[in-house]
Amino acid sequence: MTTEATFKIFRGNRSNGELVEYSVPVAPGMVVLDALHYIQAHHAPDLAVRWNCKAGKCGSCSAEVNGRPRLTCKTRLDALPLEDPITVQPMRTFPVIKDLVTDVSWNYTVNKKIPPFTPRANVEWKMDQRDIDRVQEFRKCIECFLCQNVCHVLRDHEKLAQFGGPRFFVRIAGLEMHPLDGVSRTHLLKDDLGIGLCNITKCCTEVCPEDIHITDNAIIPLKERVVDDYYDPVRWFLRKFRKKTEPK
Amino acid sequence: MNEKFETHEHDVLIIGAGGAGLRAAIAALGQGASVGVVCKSLLGKAHTVMAEGGIAAAMANVDQADDWRTHFRDTMRGGKFLNNWRMAQIHAQESPERVRELEQWGALFDRTTDGEILQRAFGGHTFKRLCHVGDRTGLEMIRTLQDRGVHLGIDVYMECAVTRLLRDGERVTGAFAYWRESGRFVVFKAKSIVIATGGIGKAWRITSNSWEYTGDGMALAYDAGAELMDMEFVQFHPTGMVWPPGVQGILVTEAVRGEGGILRNKDGERFMERYDPEKMELSTRDVVARAIYTEAREGRGTEHGGAYLDISHKPAEYVKRKLPSMYHQFRELADVDITQGPMEVGPTCHYMMGGIRVDAESAHSTVAGMFAAGEAAAGLHGSNRLGGNSLSDLLVFGRRAGLAAANYANEAPAGSVDAPQVEESTREMLSPFERPAGESPYDIHRDLQETMQNYVGIFRNEEDLEKGLSELEKLRDRAARVKVEGSRLFNPGWHLAQDLKSMLTVSEAVALSALARKESRGAHSRIDYPNYDETWGKQNNIIVRDGDRMKLHQTPTAEMPNELRKLLEEKQ
Repeated sequence: MTTEATFKIFRGNRSNGELVEYSVPVAPGMVVLDALHYIQAHHAPDLAVRWNCKAGKCGSCSAEVNGRPRLTCKTRLDALPLEDPITVQPMRTFPVIKDLVTDVSWNYTVNKKIPPFTPRANVEWKMDQRDIDRVQEFRKCIECFLCQNVCHVLRDHEKLAQFGGPRFFVRIAGLEMHPLDGVSRTHLLKDDLGIGLCNITKCCTEVCPEDIHITDNAIIPLKERVVDDYYDPVRWFLRKFRKKTEPK
Repeated sequence: MNEKFETHEHDVLIIGAGGAGLRAAIAALGQGASVGVVCKSLLGKAHTVMAEGGIAAAMANVDQADDWRTHFRDTMRGGKFLNNWRMAQIHAQESPERVRELEQWGALFDRTTDGEILQRAFGGHTFKRLCHVGDRTGLEMIRTLQDRGVHLGIDVYMECAVTRLLRDGERVTGAFAYWRESGRFVVFKAKSIVIATGGIGKAWRITSNSWEYTGDGMALAYDAGAELMDMEFVQFHPTGMVWPPGVQGILVTEAVRGEGGILRNKDGERFMERYDPEKMELSTRDVVARAIYTEAREGRGTEHGGAYLDISHKPAEYVKRKLPSMYHQFRELADVDITQGPMEVGPTCHYMMGGIRVDAESAHSTVAGMFAAGEAAAGLHGSNRLGGNSLSDLLVFGRRAGLAAANYANEAPAGSVDAPQVEESTREMLSPFERPAGESPYDIHRDLQETMQNYVGIFRNEEDLEKGLSELEKLRDRAARVKVEGSRLFNPGWHLAQDLKSMLTVSEAVALSALARKESRGAHSRIDYPNYDETWGKQNNIIVRDGDRMKLHQTPTAEMPNELRKLLEEKQ
């Protein structure tokens, strides 16, 4: 006998919508994205869903499954209570375009503000694996934007204009800690991306499908750099005295 | 022209934002061209992001005896000498510089103990040659290129799909597209166009490819009059996941074998000894895929019809460090701990060696102003691609296509965009909404995948291919009557109805070419013609549009200069 699972899926757009029920036969090892594909093929051909690799590598299929931010391609049905309907809703922090698809373009705008990798002059292109291990952790990010979605500075306080969000702190950490990079981004972190607004509740770290220790390994060290550059009294005095502009 | 459509104008328009498209964009920008990149998904989600094993480049960081000559020879041997020799030469010579460039743009490869870029072994490569980042090399590459391109100032049109190239006389001068989000139409005007749309794997049921891989670029080029070449050569990667059903086809990187993974059948036999005793698991992909398929067909397969791939003899920490995404993929999707026991694997449709016929130096297609690079282009890989040669292909020929397209644009007069072609495109796009009744695109797609899987798969014969072609004809009729429900707002059913057209075109080209090639070579295995044929070894199949019909003819391969010929004869 085939087990059936009931899904309640958000259907709608930015201004209105509702949860619509669909029934899906359960197969071994099935994930939520499989169920969404089944619904498209059998019940709702116009159900809007983003996905690409279906293997946890591209970060396209983010949604909120039973209220928890997840990649739908890695959320197995056998890990969910099937006696109740499974709700699937779009990421709440970003405006809905249609159904499960949200407008994440804000992230691409933030990314453009970040000065790219800029090697120091005359570097020798040699690096020790031990020096790049920690940077490679940051570069695992698949840009699923689940960390942005749960960050309360963005989700609840909607400070999209003043704050960069965990994803871009991870990206900047990857640049700042690159052994051969030669520019500082602390000014950007402090003023444009508002890193001080983060009060390290670690919500981002908890949802990261790549297990990046966002708070401990990226955000806290970056906060320390900002403090060192801007709030250390000796450095503050030297900067005043020398009239040196802050690092760009 | 009627200005009721949103219109954008660039010197160079690039279709596709994977490795080839982004590398082309960076190169064209460097020439001072204004560049637009159109892609079906969000930026950074293209298929390149899924590449795992590495970038093949004879840097000789690990094996000092390596050089471009050996890489050239390996590539030609892997492709069973049907490759365009000049492309194979350029590729082998330029790959190391392209990898160094990535590093200078911020990519962080794994290191050797003296701090150089680390290289690993891979099937068909004589030396340890693949520059890599664990098993997520593609992610590193696409992020590096994307950040570089965005910083330099490319205009990216995300979630926008091109359905037709617009011609001005003999030249292509634009493209007609739709926004996936709003369903609105958009016209691009350009002096030159680079097609970098990747492959066609979504026409098969078991595939490692994402929804985007529907052969759009090849179909667009074909419709605009360009020649397609080597369409019979479809690579089935030996190791895809086979269980559970939902993950069937998802790639298991060749790096598992590169790092020492062993293949066994259900009796525990290391069966590669019977297929390639010398190279064993690191034989070329065509050989390993056929071996696994044959083991299963002859009753020695695993419970779910594959083979066992085992890396658990290596220390668990080593496996987790070198193959982190495989470790997570199996643990999370298949309840298998690969540090403790074997994976079940089987062949999966993975890569298209054939594609748009291009000039080796400039990547120019046979239509003026149209360039192509990466998987969408043909020639470099011949009848079978070596692992790792794809990412290097994207960099080497993406760059060349971008340079040549910018130079072409610099010299070409502005073209005009033809209103009747645009009007016809909008009618075609809207017709699936207007029919009172018709079939669901999902049903037609499912049947297409079954047809290609059953009749145009790893092993082929005349009867199957004939049957496949007649099924494709029926599918084309059904697709012409497809019905789409809902509105134009982000409507995957409507998008699939468009993609179906491309898939049907490339599927027919594959079946037709496979039927014509009466021999077995590389990825093309004919049960009724199991051996190499000397005549077929010196010619490529060419597909071109003739009115509404697809026409096929052969063209001789180019003569190789003597010094390269001698290289191929050397023993190693």
